[in-house]
Amino acid sequence: MNHPLVSLTIDGIAVQAAPGSTILKAAQQAGIEIPTICYHDHCTANGLCRICVVEVSGARTLVPACVATVQDGMIIHTQSERVRRSRRTILEMLYSSVDLSEAPEIETLALVYGADSQRFPGAQRREPPLIDDNPMYIRDYAKCILCWRCVQVCAEDAQYTYALNFSGRGFETQISTFYHHPMPETTCVFCGQCVGVCPTGALKPKREWLLEKGYTPEAIMGLTRNERRGKKRREGLSH
Amino acid sequence: MEPSLDLSPIRSFLSEIAPQGRSALLPALHAAQDFYGYIPEPVALEIAQALQIPAADVFGVIEFYAMFHTHPVGKVIIHVCNDPACALAGADTVFKQLSRRAEYALETGEPISVTVEQSPCLGLCDHAPALLVQNFPATSAPEITWQELTTKTGRRPQTHVDGDLRLLTARCGKGHTTTLKAYQASGGYSALRKALTMTPEALIEEIKASGLVGRGGAAFPTGLKWESAARAEGTPKYVVCNADEAEPGTFKDRVLMEDDPHQVLEGMIIAAYAIGANKGYFYIRGEYLHAYHTISHALEEARTAGLLGSQILGSNFSFDIEIRRGAGAYVCGEETALFESIEGKRGFPRIKPPFPTTHGLFGKPTVINNVETLANVPLIIQWGAKEYRKLGTEKSPGPKLFCLSGDVQRPGLYEVPFGVSLRHLIFELGGGMRGESPFQAALVGGAAGTFATPEHLDTPLSFEGLRAAGLTLGSGVITVFDAQRDLRDVLYRLARFFADESCGKCYPCQIGTQRQYEIMERILNGQTRPGDAERLQDVGWTMTDASLCGLGQTAASAILSALKYWPHLFQPVSS
Amino acid sequence: MIQPERVVSTVCPFCGVGCNLELHVRDGFIYKATSSFNSVVNHGNLCVKGRFGHDFIYHPQRVTVPLIRKKPQRPGDRTQAFDLSEWREISWDEALDYVADRLVDIYQREGPHAMAVYCCAKATNEDNYLLQKMYRALFRTNNVDHCTRLCHAASVVALQMAIGSAAMSNTAAEVIENDVFILTGSNPTENHPIIALQMKAAVRKHGAKLIVVDPRRIEMVDYATLYLPIKPGTDVPVFSAMAHVILKEGLYNRQFVEERTENFEAFATSMEKFTPEYAESISGVDRNLIIQAARLYATAKNAAIYWALGIPESSHGVANALSLINLALLTGHIGRRGTGLNPLRGQNNVQGASDAGAMPWHYPGYQRVDIEENARRWEQAWNIEPGGLSRQLGLTTTEILSSVGPGGVRALYIMGENPMMSEPNLNHTRQKMQELEFLVAQDLFINESGAFADVFLPAASWAEKEGTFTNTDRRVQRVRQVIPPRGQSRPDWEIICDLAKRIEKRLGRPTTAYWDYRHPSEILEEMGRYVPEYAGVTYERLEREGGLQTPVWDKQHPGTPFLFAETFPRGRGKFHPLDYTPNAEMPDDDYPFVLSTGRVLEHWHGGTLTRHSWLDDLFPEPLVDIHPDDAARLGIQNGDAVRVTSRRASIVLRARVTPKTNPGVVFIPFHFHEAAANLLTHDIIDPQAKIPEYKAAVVRVSKARPEELGTRAEPQPRGRY
Repeated sequence: MNHPLVSLTIDGIAVQAAPGSTILKAAQQAGIEIPTICYHDHCTANGLCRICVVEVSGARTLVPACVATVQDGMIIHTQSERVRRSRRTILEMLYSSVDLSEAPEIETLALVYGADSQRFPGAQRREPPLIDDNPMYIRDYAKCILCWRCVQVCAEDAQYTYALNFSGRGFETQISTFYHHPMPETTCVFCGQCVGVCPTGALKPKREWLLEKGYTPEAIMGLTRNERRGKKRREGLSH
Repeated sequence: MEPSLDLSPIRSFLSEIAPQGRSALLPALHAAQDFYGYIPEPVALEIAQALQIPAADVFGVIEFYAMFHTHPVGKVIIHVCNDPACALAGADTVFKQLSRRAEYALETGEPISVTVEQSPCLGLCDHAPALLVQNFPATSAPEITWQELTTKTGRRPQTHVDGDLRLLTARCGKGHTTTLKAYQASGGYSALRKALTMTPEALIEEIKASGLVGRGGAAFPTGLKWESAARAEGTPKYVVCNADEAEPGTFKDRVLMEDDPHQVLEGMIIAAYAIGANKGYFYIRGEYLHAYHTISHALEEARTAGLLGSQILGSNFSFDIEIRRGAGAYVCGEETALFESIEGKRGFPRIKPPFPTTHGLFGKPTVINNVETLANVPLIIQWGAKEYRKLGTEKSPGPKLFCLSGDVQRPGLYEVPFGVSLRHLIFELGGGMRGESPFQAALVGGAAGTFATPEHLDTPLSFEGLRAAGLTLGSGVITVFDAQRDLRDVLYRLARFFADESCGKCYPCQIGTQRQYEIMERILNGQTRPGDAERLQDVGWTMTDASLCGLGQTAASAILSALKYWPHLFQPVSS
Repeated sequence: MIQPERVVSTVCPFCGVGCNLELHVRDGFIYKATSSFNSVVNHGNLCVKGRFGHDFIYHPQRVTVPLIRKKPQRPGDRTQAFDLSEWREISWDEALDYVADRLVDIYQREGPHAMAVYCCAKATNEDNYLLQKMYRALFRTNNVDHCTRLCHAASVVALQMAIGSAAMSNTAAEVIENDVFILTGSNPTENHPIIALQMKAAVRKHGAKLIVVDPRRIEMVDYATLYLPIKPGTDVPVFSAMAHVILKEGLYNRQFVEERTENFEAFATSMEKFTPEYAESISGVDRNLIIQAARLYATAKNAAIYWALGIPESSHGVANALSLINLALLTGHIGRRGTGLNPLRGQNNVQGASDAGAMPWHYPGYQRVDIEENARRWEQAWNIEPGGLSRQLGLTTTEILSSVGPGGVRALYIMGENPMMSEPNLNHTRQKMQELEFLVAQDLFINESGAFADVFLPAASWAEKEGTFTNTDRRVQRVRQVIPPRGQSRPDWEIICDLAKRIEKRLGRPTTAYWDYRHPSEILEEMGRYVPEYAGVTYERLEREGGLQTPVWDKQHPGTPFLFAETFPRGRGKFHPLDYTPNAEMPDDDYPFVLSTGRVLEHWHGGTLTRHSWLDDLFPEPLVDIHPDDAARLGIQNGDAVRVTSRRASIVLRARVTPKTNPGVVFIPFHFHEAAANLLTHDIIDPQAKIPEYKAAVVRVSKARPEELGTRAEPQPRGRY
């Protein structure tokens, strides 16, 4: 496996990378951090969030570093004005759409790129009610940034269970089960792979969520089967 | 859920198509929608099991396409176009009237159940305001009677076809579909006969030499595309005809399919021969039911005549074409989204590279060409590249179809050689402005296009000419607006169109189209906020620069061009 | 948003996969489990038990103080006490003194044969090493066993006969390197969920071809190239017919057979009778499927066999396992990456408990107790006078209970196990439990077995102690203390040391076997000094390097991902001629169905842990799987109450009508005391491995009235079936 390395320039630094490696990985090796949101080492990269876009000389549009592979002679700028404008605007648009209060990494990026969380006054937000339909985890899609990780680990990225897909499209897209069925009635096996990869706290173990709501461990463990089972449809736990 | 639901119709349909697996999903959902008027849960489950698709995925697909419904809708569905050309002709009023009438019917218990929906461009811009009743065009909307509407008396649309040339449109605009017999009588399929005597390499060389580039909007050299797929490793290979014409203002492909389907099929068969494909897919926009029927019929004719199937015309070359209907998703015109749709998935565009020529439909080498592009192929083979190049300009050879609509005397489909001026098209061929009011602007290239102003009227309509003027040809759409029109209304409609049609995959487009729509809505309503122009710039350029596919990359195109020419439209009213 | 006070890395306590866990703690409450995506075992993936099933630690019914029965128990009228009102709380000193007194009394009165212990495949290597040490060194008995007897005993015996080793030859995660793999008697999506993911990926992403041989249409059949739906217990004819085809078509690996094996001729002769036609007549599997499977397996570049309890849990379990081993030896699909003979171990630490000597015929490290040299080695290790250790093979789990009674076993010590759920023919087990003179239970909950005890010693859970587990692919991994022991509960190893010292003192032994460990690492170190396979395993290395796959011959040795590259432990691999033996019970007009038992994803074995977890909400009641054709014939609808009757007992539970079981076969999970599957099973055992035939009791099924159901749980609608 002695493929010659690919030579490229990232932010003025000469970088050598293995052919087929992504710009993201090549930059990481060179000590240049390119921000990511939807990307996860464990999941298939889909280039959704576009926060990792970089400017490649000669390319018409910006290029997503998480999926684009290095080419010999590439000249890449990871912090050009175009790049920074896109990153800042994407962050501002995310803030205008969903609850990022449990996404500290995104909050850090917002600081770095000077994103104004109030940039889009009056914007329609995605605020569906929290779904508490099983004893294992809750789904609060008001925090969902549609990174697709949960759908992917439920499918070929890990579990091959296919309980999750989408409803709607465009801005109205949401993660959904078959005809919005409660989770126990789907093919879900409650492996929680989805919970493990969720970056924003949209998916959360039930007991963690109950702690947050102020329940003591004793109160949590004292819940009856009916109380912890959750509701069939989208209602919160009643007290 | 209906306890009495009879699953036998969908079961018998599924038993026929089940061997196709997931790629039969859209046909199955269309069938279910037809049988039941919507797609009930048990039917979706039945489909999932028969085609071995996860149930949640089936739901995801249903949810993606506008023409599929998870809840009961009226027995008769009327689509009213609400895009710019039809809006100019009063489509909103038609929609309101029909909706009120449908409500009245419901209240008074008329034995008819009608659902009236707004729709993106129906490709009937020359018949504005346009309607579809059960996916058949019902033209001259304002005059049509309720009785006619609800009894599904769709009429064949009569598009005005004219131009300096009548090569691609030689058999179009005559009020009927050109049969195989008539097509052959005028020399049809002689190009295929000739092609079969050539080597695939020579054929590809001829196409390359012709300078033909894609007519769907991206203008990629067709010969290079074929060559790349021909050389790509991997079998089988596929040819796909992209007939998902949905760019607002565009109807050229519809006319070609409805009036002269064999010309397109001939081009497609030649393409298959050139790249060594034995299987093709013809993907037609879901709303084009009439074109679906003409193509289906033409395919039957071609099979019977030995023009499709095994050993075509006695050669060793075998090829057949399967037809697929879209289901209401503009993004499926994007080639990789179209593949996903054929494969029975949500129409999410794929990351490129890899490109379709190496990793296309089902991951195999694929050539995907637009209808008009394929219609040029028989002409090139018949004439030879050299002769073909005598038409048009050096850099934009050949004939070109333009869809002219809006405030002109004679909206219609015009065939011209590349290089004529915009003025020639609008004022000579199109008869000039419809009323007294003078020309204000034209949207060139459709919703994804840019505005031409009076200063642009002498721009030559060629790739290089338009590019030099900062315009794009797109799919050949020209929508004309007179000076009385409020362009903010046009921009608002375009913004709404993109917000409705964004697939939601990448963030810039998923959220950007929504924010752009909201801002345009308040601008239209006179509630512009300080900084809205800057917001539109940031959102627009972020979508343009960072979106995953062509939809997002062009979703701000018209607005950004308007911001350039008419910045005052986007400023708050000073109090 | 909650910030954890700490996040502790440890290993999942449920199955043998050995998934790495990170437990998030706040105020002593474990509220979340995650897993490192860099884990070589599970790549960040978990199943429902690993992800959400740790709440049993906090269950209100957990016992965290030592208890003694209020009413003294006598042999013959021993009763079960589930209610705390029948117990009295006592101090640890009182409890341990009492236990030491009673055990020493019985030992001194009756002798070593009266003493027996059930070690525990859920406890750590260190716990198990110490408990077998206590019984061997102090009570001089080899009546030491644990539930390995009830799961892979026949696989272990067969592997030792044929190649001289008894673990998975290869690493589970290597499945993606298989070109072809056979999965038989194993339902990994329920029982080894993370290995199932790797198997699915092998098929879907890496082009592997899967052959499933199983009497149930398990989920993995959806991923299979070939599915051979065998009748229960017909493994030998099917796999031998594959060998027949491979021999007849000359597809075997001549070089491997010549260089690495012995007894080929006798074996080949014995295979002549196993024509595909003959196998079809017995197994019901289409002969062509058998031929295709043989060709596919034999001609693959790298092929492996994975099996679980469907193979060994049979009255001819050793023969079943040998039929698989023969195939691997015949084709040379062993000794390389991506090949192998891979018995998937059930319990989190069944491999380790076996390694640590929790078995009646072996000291730690599979050293036979009847070999003098071995006994001497351990006498030296434990400061025992020469000849002090017993050279007699001890009793196995099933034998221990059978021998309860005058002149037999009088005192039983149970650490963590639950024979009252897991033994076959439970009515017999119950009778034997009642006859015990003294019973100690060391556990978290008063389960069906512990309820019979005189004394209950509250143990710490796996999250409350330090130690190591050895997973199914021989990987030793660290178990770390996450929270302090709840209440007065104590780690098993501490309890054992404390008790052993008291016993040793009462016995007046002149030397001590040593019980003054300050930390479990010292226990593992002691074991490593005498078990060469563990010589290089130290806590220090485990901290630094993560898991180590045994054998680890010295402190520098990197561990052994796959075995037998050069040679087998016994030298040459030995072919075994085979004959077909029917199951001990065959279906007839009175009992037309074959009952198979096993586990479901959401539960664990006797249910001690998972039925005290929210996991129970997902699967709250026993269900019997029955094929739609059979159900229709009997007029049974999904969810109906049915009675399942064997020659031994009868239980009532709800039916689940599903094509996941084949016609003629019904399946009942054995987790539910409300309708305990093992009331129905029989206790006829494999003559060599002493393993019971859990997978093939014959039963009849009839409709019952809902009020006869033993459960009041509301049926939980689930879509995954």
